[in-house]
Amino acid sequence: MIDQTNFTGQMSTLPKTPTGITGLDEITMGGFPSGRPTLICGSAGCGKTLFSLEFIVRGALQFDEPGVFIAFEEKANELATNVASLGFDLNKLQEEKKIKIDYIHVDKSEIEETGEYDLEGLFIRLGYAIDSIGAKRVVLDTIENLFAGLSNQAVLRAELRRLFQFLKNKGVTAIITGERGESSLTRQGLEEYVSDCVILLDHRIINQISTRRLRIVKYRGSVHGTNEYPFLIDEEGISVLPVTSLQLNKEVSTNVVSSGISTLDSMMSKGGFYQGSSILVSGTAGTGKTSIAATFADATCKRKDRCLYFAFEESPNQIIRNMGSIGLNLQNHINDGLLQFHAARPTLYGLEMHLVAIHKAIRKFKPQVVILDPITNLITVGTVSDVKSMLVRLIDFLQEEQITVMFTALTLNTIVNEQTDEGVSSLVDAWLLIKDIELNGERNRGLYIMKSRGMQHSNQIREFVITNDGLDLIDVYLGPDGVLTGSAREAQMLLEETGEVLHTHAISRKDRELLRKRKVLEAKIDSLQTEYESTEEELNKVYIEEEIKKGVMQQTRNKMTEIRRGHSTPDKNTKADKKE
Amino acid sequence: MEEEQYELRLYVAGKTQKSVTALHNLKTYCEEHLLGKYTLEVIDLLEHPQLAEGDQILAIPTLVKKVPDPVRKIIGDLSNKEKVLVGLDIRTKS
Repeated sequence: MIDQTNFTGQMSTLPKTPTGITGLDEITMGGFPSGRPTLICGSAGCGKTLFSLEFIVRGALQFDEPGVFIAFEEKANELATNVASLGFDLNKLQEEKKIKIDYIHVDKSEIEETGEYDLEGLFIRLGYAIDSIGAKRVVLDTIENLFAGLSNQAVLRAELRRLFQFLKNKGVTAIITGERGESSLTRQGLEEYVSDCVILLDHRIINQISTRRLRIVKYRGSVHGTNEYPFLIDEEGISVLPVTSLQLNKEVSTNVVSSGISTLDSMMSKGGFYQGSSILVSGTAGTGKTSIAATFADATCKRKDRCLYFAFEESPNQIIRNMGSIGLNLQNHINDGLLQFHAARPTLYGLEMHLVAIHKAIRKFKPQVVILDPITNLITVGTVSDVKSMLVRLIDFLQEEQITVMFTALTLNTIVNEQTDEGVSSLVDAWLLIKDIELNGERNRGLYIMKSRGMQHSNQIREFVITNDGLDLIDVYLGPDGVLTGSAREAQMLLEETGEVLHTHAISRKDRELLRKRKVLEAKIDSLQTEYESTEEELNKVYIEEEIKKGVMQQTRNKMTEIRRGHSTPDKNTKADKKE
Repeated sequence: MEEEQYELRLYVAGKTQKSVTALHNLKTYCEEHLLGKYTLEVIDLLEHPQLAEGDQILAIPTLVKKVPDPVRKIIGDLSNKEKVLVGLDIRTKS
């Protein structure tokens, strides 16, 4: 059958009729097979009637396809009352001839069977109902009631076969509902007749928490999702969650969003988290995870982006009050419509319901940032693997929508490497870890980035401090006994400051010493200079005297020469000669 | 009970073998047991499909006893005389 499915799927695409039910068209890749019957089966109270009714109503409202609802169980006005809470106004739709609800009453006590009969009457009614509004969709809910009302099984079975043929000939897309049987899909083996598409609804209770699930058992001629998909019935009808997207082909952004703590941003090379990434903040109790989350929310709203905050632990008012103490005014953002809180106790409903509720809230509010605080509380309603698979699907969805998500997780184990954080640590893009550092009789918080995909990040542990004005990170001191935080860090800083002063002092003393030495030396140089000058002067004096003597002797010699040539010379010159 | 007027309706869909048989059987029984105190209306649903809803007709042929109360339906070709008479409250189950 599987081969056949693939084969026909490739040859020509099967025309499909969209159901309009949120998510169902995605897993059926377009809807139910057009012009063919589809069987929806499940045990009592699993939502068969609602499912099929929504198919009819959505068809009439969204796809302009009128529908006929043949009810074997409930009267038309009962149905209308039942679904009024979902916002479906059946009476109005009936008046507008968009839908037709026909109640077929089968009561064994009123009916006597004698001899041969057939169900032509049903066919005529059905045909009449279809023709009167030009219906494209038909629901028979649930045809098995015929088996309770009529005893001739052979006739019934033959007529059922004819009925499905009749529906196909009419070209209507039909839903047949059937009660889940002990060993077969339906009690009366309806799946024998409806072989094109079979959907199984299920209502399971695990740990006292109920979850509705849907599975496509078969869908001839089409590929389809094969998993069990949880679905939710709420005031807007049914939402099925196609929980795992099949491919990993999401768009990625290189935009960066700030964490709201500038010192934290600076620990990452890009100055924040990538938009559309997932961030895990984990730490032991009381380390300020919610504060980080709230700061992130605050920063988001200050950028005029929308933030959706899912609180599983505290009530919104509690968070708003508490965050007021660190200087965050979240109420303002709520008033501006930028911040929305969704608080729910995890035990309120099952994990899948949480996921569906989260999906719905996100689709409605269209936030840029989503915060889940804390995911660890979800463990109370599911196993670790359940929580993990839920978060995988959530992250998947958020990444597709380019929504940045921050999870907080409580770690009970203080040894980081051993704890798994619901196993999401491998899924998230960035992981901040806050750690208690106990030293010198006090407890301080150390924050570091375990990982940050796609960017460099600081490998240092910073001290994470919560002040009245918000959060800050301070470099911790590495001392001989490990990192120093809190007052020890203060002490160390003081110590270093003192050292600095002492050091400066020492330096200036040395400088003065040097100056003094220099002065002494300079004085010495002065005296030597003087000595040198006097010596030089002495030497110069001798030299000049020599010169003078030499000049005088020359003159004398010249005079002597002139005298010898017979010139008379004055007395004075003679006297000078004598002296020589 | 013998005094009461019987109001009967027989729903058929065209002239099928079953319908003809049913009508024939019904007429025989009525002539025999209800002579002069019954009215019989034969409704062909092929001509009046909208009438099927009122009496909650599923099977064809269906005989509906409207009056006297309680309303009873007998489906089939009415070949079992005993059952028909019991169904019409003409004869109580022995």
